[in-house]
Amino acid sequence: MKKSLLIITGFCFMLFLGCGDGEKKKDSPYEKSTSVEQTTPAKSKVPASERIDLTSKGVGPISSITLPSEIDQTMVAHGKDVYEKMCTACHKVDKKFIGPPPVGLLERRTPEWIMNMILNPEEMVQQDPLAKDLLMEFNGAPMANQHLSEEDARAVLEYFRTL
Amino acid sequence: MKNILQTTIALVVILIGFTSCNNSENSKGKSGALASNVAEKVYVAPGEHDSHYAFISGGYSGNLTVYGLPSGRMFKEIPVFSQFPTNGYGYSEETKPLLETSYGFIPWDDSHHPDISQTNGKLDGRWVFINGNNTPRIARISLTTFETEEIIEVPNSAGNHSSSFITENTEYVVAGTRFSVPVPQRDMPIKDYKGNFKGALTFISVDPEHGHMDIKFQILMPGFNYDLSHPGRGKSHGWFFFTTYNTEEASSLLEVNASQNDKDFIAAINWKKIEEYVNNGGGRMMPTNYAHNVHDEATHTATSTMKKEVRVVDPADIPGAIYLLPTPKSPHGCDVDPSGEYIVGNGKLSANLTVHSFTKMLDAIEKKKFDGDAYGIPILKFEDVLAGSVEQPGLGPLHTEFDGKGNAYTTFFISSEVVKWKLGTWEVLDRKPTYYSVGHLTIPGGNSREPFGKYMFAMNKITKDRYLPTGPEMEHSAQLYDISGDKMELLIDFPTHGEPHYAAAIPAEIIKNNSKKIYRLAENKHPRKTTTDAETKVVRDGKNVHVYMAMIRSHFSPDNIEGIKVGDKVFFHLTNLEQDFDVPHGFAMIGANNAELLVAPGQTRTLTWEPKQVGVWPFYCTDFCSALHQEMQGYVRVSPADSNIQLSWSLGD
Repeated sequence: MKKSLLIITGFCFMLFLGCGDGEKKKDSPYEKSTSVEQTTPAKSKVPASERIDLTSKGVGPISSITLPSEIDQTMVAHGKDVYEKMCTACHKVDKKFIGPPPVGLLERRTPEWIMNMILNPEEMVQQDPLAKDLLMEFNGAPMANQHLSEEDARAVLEYFRTL
Repeated sequence: MKNILQTTIALVVILIGFTSCNNSENSKGKSGALASNVAEKVYVAPGEHDSHYAFISGGYSGNLTVYGLPSGRMFKEIPVFSQFPTNGYGYSEETKPLLETSYGFIPWDDSHHPDISQTNGKLDGRWVFINGNNTPRIARISLTTFETEEIIEVPNSAGNHSSSFITENTEYVVAGTRFSVPVPQRDMPIKDYKGNFKGALTFISVDPEHGHMDIKFQILMPGFNYDLSHPGRGKSHGWFFFTTYNTEEASSLLEVNASQNDKDFIAAINWKKIEEYVNNGGGRMMPTNYAHNVHDEATHTATSTMKKEVRVVDPADIPGAIYLLPTPKSPHGCDVDPSGEYIVGNGKLSANLTVHSFTKMLDAIEKKKFDGDAYGIPILKFEDVLAGSVEQPGLGPLHTEFDGKGNAYTTFFISSEVVKWKLGTWEVLDRKPTYYSVGHLTIPGGNSREPFGKYMFAMNKITKDRYLPTGPEMEHSAQLYDISGDKMELLIDFPTHGEPHYAAAIPAEIIKNNSKKIYRLAENKHPRKTTTDAETKVVRDGKNVHVYMAMIRSHFSPDNIEGIKVGDKVFFHLTNLEQDFDVPHGFAMIGANNAELLVAPGQTRTLTWEPKQVGVWPFYCTDFCSALHQEMQGYVRVSPADSNIQLSWSLGD
């Protein structure tokens, strides 16, 4: 607190004397998002929901998943249950609703991207180019963070493999 | 404010005067003015947290407010005894049962003395209890959800004022009656009060796991007024002390008639002895009627049960359990120091502050040094139990708290000040004015074995010119003091809601990490929940129509409903499907004669609507939930009573 007063004092001091050596690095979140935008690839005319990107892993806790060739049916059953409880308010399986449908999702997205979108939607819509475009495509309706465990999100992914 | 402004202006002037472009030393130097700046001590930077919670009673608001110290910022109003349209408490079907009593549904009360649960005499931060004064009740508020979980009515009581203080392992929360009344209530002349009215002191056991309350016994004391109370602690654990006034037993013009006796009493109750007596079948079950209301976190629903009998104990039947300590002039606060040795009687019409000694009391009891009795209860001799007096410390003492460093702090209403004095030597160490006319004061943990003696705040009864004027009626004012030094230092004024009578405060780290962020949908056991979209439906049951509705950013499901008729009673059962922190949704229905609902993530709440007019009527979300919040709305079509339009519901079709 003492520090902050000193800073205020210092600031007044600079204002009044105008010495001009008070330039500080700005640390605003807007600047950050601008720098992310610079890395965004040129905008495509194809809607984000139909765009295919099988390289981006998105932003979030999941950096790498290997999917076994065989689908784990126990996991699918659990994933379907979680999906129906936590996701169907906004995502119908095979038609656009509040958000896009998950049908055929693994033909368009990496498994990591899908799990990061489930587990980390706030940062995804701020930092991931595809997620940002999706937010705009779906009228600014934000993907709700339903706080699934990684295990549950992985099961939902397995369920998506069957759609 | 003025001080801060003046300091800032002074600093700027000094800096302009003494610095040049090459001289940046001064801005780094610490001046004396800065080091002692009071503003720094209460400044909590944006985004930072206060160090303490304060739970301040709302008095005639019936509720409990949550503040931060040292900033004096209010965080929340917790509805307890009063309906709260802000979130639908006491209006929603789930919460209405909490306000049921033997007198029927009561929408209001006067909440007085919050007390935080303790383990081994230390604040454990599990629950906070508070008393409803007017229609005698005790409430328990969870310190994980910060919601009222339970309210129990206290029969045979009236003006539930010497409440709700808890024993040092939260064995009991204690509720004493201020007004003595006929027990059981009956039609009789008021003038026959003396000798016929009783004062019930109620010991309510607290389940150590869930906190559930149950009346263990009531002691039917002589018909005095039982004003305030506190448990013994440490060496005096097992005893409870109550101040009394109107030992004259007057029923009219108490202002004069209850101030005649030179001394009233502090009643010392050996509750462990009475507990043992009761456990062995002592006392008798008396027919009565009182409500016990419990809110279940899993079903999100409260239920009200009427209880039909209570165990009462007549002091005459258990000699040696209760004694009376003469205490000058209508004592108000009854406060026990952290060691449990000293019992302070704040005689509000007395020139001196009386302090009794627990050790001397036990000694006098053992030697049977009695000075008569009152209705069979032995009276001890004043001189035999007196530890000491603080001589003429101020006018109109009310309440005392302790800092754990051997000092006591007493409020004086008439002379409008807080006086710091030393336990044992009884010397006055410091005094500071309050603005104006202080009632209670609080030190975090100040009525436990281990006070946190950094801050003290005074809750003042009169505000007058302390803030910008707001007409004849204004909020009360609290004042925070730093008591870490030899002298008390006034830090800040802050307005309080309703009329605070006492507050309980606690270091934030004891409870803040237990605060719940959401209710888990998977744990929702509400019988009419809608936890998946597939469960949404509308069901007719005669004239009752149940709407199972889900809410998530940013729509209701369903949002179009047809087939409702004039004369129907529509129950909107809303479940918030969000599982993220701080995403409540609201629900408001045009023309609803109750309130809105605010539904926390994972919670289910029900609002009842009785449509009276044909038409298509909108509802909407009241809590700005997302960029598409304004789109979160729906319609209900209401047809004539004889219409044959079938129920239908939809979303997006």
